[in-house]
Amino acid sequence: MSSAPSHQSTGADVLIVGAGIVGAACAAEFTRAGLSTVIVDKGPVSTGATAAGMGQIVVMDDNEAEFALTNYSQQLWNELADELPATVDWDDCGSIWIAADDEEMQEVERKHRFYSERGIETEILDAAALEKLEPNLRRGFCGGLRVSGDSVIYSPCAAGWFIEQACQRGAKLRLGQKAIELRGHGALLENGDFLQADITVNAAGSWATELMPELPIRPRKGHLVITDRYPGFIRHQLVELGYLKSAHSVTTDSVAFNVQPRKTGQLLIGSSRQYDDETRDIDPDILKRMIDRALEYLPGLAGLSAIRTWTGFRAATPDSQPLIGPSMDDEHLFVASGHEGLGITTSLGTARLLVDQVLGRESAIPREPYLPSRFRQGGADA
Amino acid sequence: MPEAITLSVNGSEVSVPTGSMVSAAISAVGDTAFRTSVQGEPRGPLCGMGICFECRVCIDGVRHVRACQRLCQPGMQVITHD
Amino acid sequence: MIDRREFDVLIIGAGPAGLAAACCAAEAGRRVGVVDDNPTAGGQIWRGEQGKPTQPAAVMWFERLRKAKLEFLPGTRIVGHPTNGVLLADDDQKLLELKYNKLILATGARERFLPFPGWTLPGVTGAGGLQASVKSGMSIAGRRVVVAGSGPLLLAVAAYLRRAGAIVPLIAEQSPRGRVAKFAAGLLAHPAKLTEAARLKWELRGVKYLTDCWPAAAGGDDDTVKSVTLHRRGRTWQEPCDFLACGFGLVPNIELPMLLGCEIEQGKVRVDDGQRTTVNNVYAVGEVTGIGGLAHALIEGQIAGLAAAGEKDAALHFLLFPRRSARRFAQKLEHAFRLRDELRQLPAADTIVCRCEDVRFDQLTQHRSWRSAKLHTRCGMGPCQGRVCGAATEFLFGWGMDSVRPPLYPVRVEHLAEATVTPESSSDVD
Repeated sequence: MSSAPSHQSTGADVLIVGAGIVGAACAAEFTRAGLSTVIVDKGPVSTGATAAGMGQIVVMDDNEAEFALTNYSQQLWNELADELPATVDWDDCGSIWIAADDEEMQEVERKHRFYSERGIETEILDAAALEKLEPNLRRGFCGGLRVSGDSVIYSPCAAGWFIEQACQRGAKLRLGQKAIELRGHGALLENGDFLQADITVNAAGSWATELMPELPIRPRKGHLVITDRYPGFIRHQLVELGYLKSAHSVTTDSVAFNVQPRKTGQLLIGSSRQYDDETRDIDPDILKRMIDRALEYLPGLAGLSAIRTWTGFRAATPDSQPLIGPSMDDEHLFVASGHEGLGITTSLGTARLLVDQVLGRESAIPREPYLPSRFRQGGADA
Repeated sequence: MPEAITLSVNGSEVSVPTGSMVSAAISAVGDTAFRTSVQGEPRGPLCGMGICFECRVCIDGVRHVRACQRLCQPGMQVITHD
Repeated sequence: MIDRREFDVLIIGAGPAGLAAACCAAEAGRRVGVVDDNPTAGGQIWRGEQGKPTQPAAVMWFERLRKAKLEFLPGTRIVGHPTNGVLLADDDQKLLELKYNKLILATGARERFLPFPGWTLPGVTGAGGLQASVKSGMSIAGRRVVVAGSGPLLLAVAAYLRRAGAIVPLIAEQSPRGRVAKFAAGLLAHPAKLTEAARLKWELRGVKYLTDCWPAAAGGDDDTVKSVTLHRRGRTWQEPCDFLACGFGLVPNIELPMLLGCEIEQGKVRVDDGQRTTVNNVYAVGEVTGIGGLAHALIEGQIAGLAAAGEKDAALHFLLFPRRSARRFAQKLEHAFRLRDELRQLPAADTIVCRCEDVRFDQLTQHRSWRSAKLHTRCGMGPCQGRVCGAATEFLFGWGMDSVRPPLYPVRVEHLAEATVTPESSSDVD
């Protein structure tokens, strides 16, 4: 398509199913481009992974595609930072990847080179520097990589703000209404309404397959724990270098150290990954493993007061890259889902890439790695 | 068992009958506010039974302890508005 | 380190209902454990009675308790339910794994706090809350206390505070005069309560009992309350006070029953005539099945204690009629003191509703559900886990609560890691 879709006499230009951070960011972007938009969600705004997750805005280097999308998105977030309302709790505390041994320290050097070659400033920390920055880490680490450009937000309020912006530009919001069938020209709701639109976007996160079973998305369960307020206990997001191994493994249940300071002074403890458990129940064995891992890095965490535990589901794809683009069968039906643990960060890049495709605009980064068609039978990465 | 217990609240020594909760000791030094809220308001006990968490104080270095459910012990160090 | 214990009958809550259950089960020869989050037994109504009981029923039951062979675990909170027949508890030092064949939930009730301007000032407390503070050692002698809110608890609190030396000028009861009068008349069917009411009336001579009356605002200096503005039949006036002891009725503590999967009806645990919940081997007794006061708690506790101990139904027959009478009383109580609509108008736009996170009333009005409000304003995300603000928002907006997840109370992070059940402690439900 080389021009914006024409208005129909009934219906909107765009229908977005899912008011999580991805759907909300898309709504904000579509309306900014002047397209009339309807957003529908079976619940209130952002009750899926957006509510459950850690709200991190991070750059990742596991492969070029992941770097490109996270880097692009992070730049967009940084441009937006001053405008965000206070409730979003924007905190540019940065991250530290922790090296437990020499092998991991080599990985730190590799990351440093990778980022440096691409214009991202990072700092290699030796053991002494790490200890100075984060005195509550146990002694004995080799060092780490400090990524000062990383940030933390309170995601539900960010999603809420995107939705608010979209509505100020004329978008219509329909909450508590479940879509049960998707077509390119609209969605059928549970209550019998049919919402008509020139194009439809499936941004339903780990529920995306309810509407499009052919999508290669599997829910990946995670556990989290939040403590009472202990301001200053840690100053950066802290993550172990084994995190990426955990995130990219396709089969096993895994835990990886990842603790985040919230602006409230509370500590958010993660992370765990499991397939094939679709209940919301806390799995005591996984929780134990996750906490034991956290205590190996931050022994002082042991005596802090934990207020709440919960679970959430990430939408995971086989190659760990999201699906951003037209569906395989219907050029009016788009997908913006499958963001695994990076949905908060990449929501903004996703929205741009999606709107670019709909409007036929050039994108700032290559779109191919995220196209849903890459999973077509017989395709390169199927 | 002694009839009274001596402990410290914000550096001041106070004596209370044995069996008193820490909340009573804090009231005994004349403090009505035990903590400061997120927005900076002074807060004191509300429910008296360990539900509301408004009576949270630091006892012997441990933060977020509910004063209304902790028995006074000799030599305890209590810090309010922690 | 995890401390493992096993009981035939495990009772959660050492108030009158739990103690009655415990004594009956122990006297029947069962291995009994009683858990309570307070350092001493007695719950709310018998707080402080364990050492030196003064109330007649307390004297009798504490004597029975003293003679009974059972294990009392004070200062212990139930935090989780990893599998059937097992509860996890925390006593600040260690985690406990408690196995049971029968479980009796006597978790009692807490006060309902409604927000109004100034309610967060130090010195504005619950009615039961102030009584608990005084019983815990705080001096109230010579202090001026206005008692407000709803329910017969206000009378008991006012009487207690006076005995402790407080000056209580008045009790403000939100319920209309007609309903309270009808309730008083209805006490004729409950002679023991009538006697108690007459005693309270005598103890409270000189204290004004104002129906149709509620607090519109509390005022004071920065650190403490100094006065309350009361509203009654269109008129408002200021009453000076050192404390405002204010509670709008009682709310059953149903979090643990919910975690166990017990069916809940209108905020109460559903039980049959034998106090059985909808979950196998789990009983519920006392305030948690409906706010009914002391007699209701003692009767239900005995029924469940005997039943859990395996006593034949014949032994329980003598309790069935008093049980019916106690439940009728509970219904009359609920009806007489239900909260009036005007109380929904009490909060101003900037009145704090969630005290843990300082969320204001006007932040909440844009939301249609507890879930949405919680996510977007952080209401209910603090350490009270929604126990205070949840009851308020349920009344103000009609919001139901989320499902309940462990930990039921804040717990040390390391205890979350200890909370796994070893293979041999997973028991089957019979």
